[in-house]
Amino acid sequence: MAMRRSTRRRVVRLALYALFVAVIAVALLTTDWQRVESQFLRWDIAADQFPEIVTIALRNTLLFTLIAFAGGLFLGILLALMKLSSIGPYRWFATGYIELFRGVPALLTIFAIGYMLPIALGIQVPFRPVGSGLLGLILVAGAYMAEVIRAGIQAVPKGQTEASRSLGMSSFRTMMFVVLPQGFRITIPPMTNEFVLLLKDTSLLFIVGTTPFLKELTVFARDEASRTGNSTVLLMAAMLYLVVTIPLTRFAAYLERRLARSR
Amino acid sequence: MSTDETPRERVHPDAPAIEIRDLHKSFGDHEVLKGISLTVRPGEVVCVIGPSGSGKSTLLRSVNLLEEPTSGQILIEGIDILDPEVDVDRVRTRIGMVFQQFNLFPHMTVLGNLCLAQQRVLGRSRAEAEQVARDNLVKVGLADREDAYPAHLSGGQQQRVAIARSLSMNPDMMLFDEPTSALDPELVGDVLEVMRTLAHEGMTMMVVTHEMGFAREVGSRLIFMDDGLVVEEGDPREVLANPQEPRTQAFLSKVL
Repeated sequence: MAMRRSTRRRVVRLALYALFVAVIAVALLTTDWQRVESQFLRWDIAADQFPEIVTIALRNTLLFTLIAFAGGLFLGILLALMKLSSIGPYRWFATGYIELFRGVPALLTIFAIGYMLPIALGIQVPFRPVGSGLLGLILVAGAYMAEVIRAGIQAVPKGQTEASRSLGMSSFRTMMFVVLPQGFRITIPPMTNEFVLLLKDTSLLFIVGTTPFLKELTVFARDEASRTGNSTVLLMAAMLYLVVTIPLTRFAAYLERRLARSR
Repeated sequence: MSTDETPRERVHPDAPAIEIRDLHKSFGDHEVLKGISLTVRPGEVVCVIGPSGSGKSTLLRSVNLLEEPTSGQILIEGIDILDPEVDVDRVRTRIGMVFQQFNLFPHMTVLGNLCLAQQRVLGRSRAEAEQVARDNLVKVGLADREDAYPAHLSGGQQQRVAIARSLSMNPDMMLFDEPTSALDPELVGDVLEVMRTLAHEGMTMMVVTHEMGFAREVGSRLIFMDDGLVVEEGDPREVLANPQEPRTQAFLSKVL
């Protein structure tokens, strides 16, 4: 049957809309809303979680994320500079390090630092049990951030370095005041991504053990869910993650736009 | 200009500003400079012309060691800067450099661009650095743009800011690497005007350029380079009007 192209396109679009509405409708109609409500939306259980879910769980999640991010950033800058170094052994070390910690699951790294390091070397990381877990997160985050920062540094045109050096600035000052500030602007989107990944990866810290006061959101929610036999807390934890990540990604997008204006 | 600036001591008061002896530079197997010797005396404006690939930019960039020469000597005010004992950063503060692509720092305002090295290298206070910066912005005719970011300036304005940035370090000499080649034709004049003023004030200048008019009018000496060598050298008016060497004649017949 000959149909005009525009007519056919309209029919296809209509069919796709209809399909979408149909699938949603079936899902809504077949759901047992009473069970959902009793399993996920128990207001009495939700009210019970305050203030601990914020003052302990969310606070710990944010605190661990910030520590791991700061540590990873420092390590990442160091590794990026090493990887760009003209001295071979530094370059090789950085390359090997990055390959290792990017290629191995974060959980395994945390596990190794938490259990293997003390046994193998007799080293105790302070602030047990969370300290060794955080150290593992930092080691992993450093590897990812190193690559992001290296790409940022290399994206700064060579003329910038030349101009700075010909003003008599040392290579260190050139890096600090000319190259890194410009490189960081380029790294804002991947760094935001890294922050969000870290935020979620703090949920891996439980593997090295935790205490009631060191619980972060996921473990807190898991424990409360099994204690109450109800999933309401899981939903609350999910929302609290989003309360952090959504404004953060919005802010990063705003920051990027604002900095782009001065380019 | 700032009045509190104590003049830097010159180790060899009678030495030329720049003295280059038998300079060679290779990139891999490709020899770009094949033995250049030349002298720039204080207050001279030496213009370097030549076809692209002749090595003129490499020569200029060697003077402040943005390129590391393969062999030869470079003396700045009598000091051999290839001596490993010499602090290259210190030598560079005496030599201003202006690039074809301006190379302003895009993340800083005009004033920030002018103050950074003054504060970090010369140790001037922010207030002192700003005073020097503003004086130099007046000089290049951009006193009203100190808060602008480079991206909001025209190419000609950016290049004048770059000149002011170099001047803010109170250099003894200035190197210009094709300073007007990246500019729209209508913006070239303002930049050349600033350079002309500098020359009249007695600044020692070495200028790689395609602006024959500027060389003729302002230059105290013209150097024609081809294939890594100085082919002809002399008074700009003489060389441009009456070139002696066949290669100079061939080049000038194409560009004039």
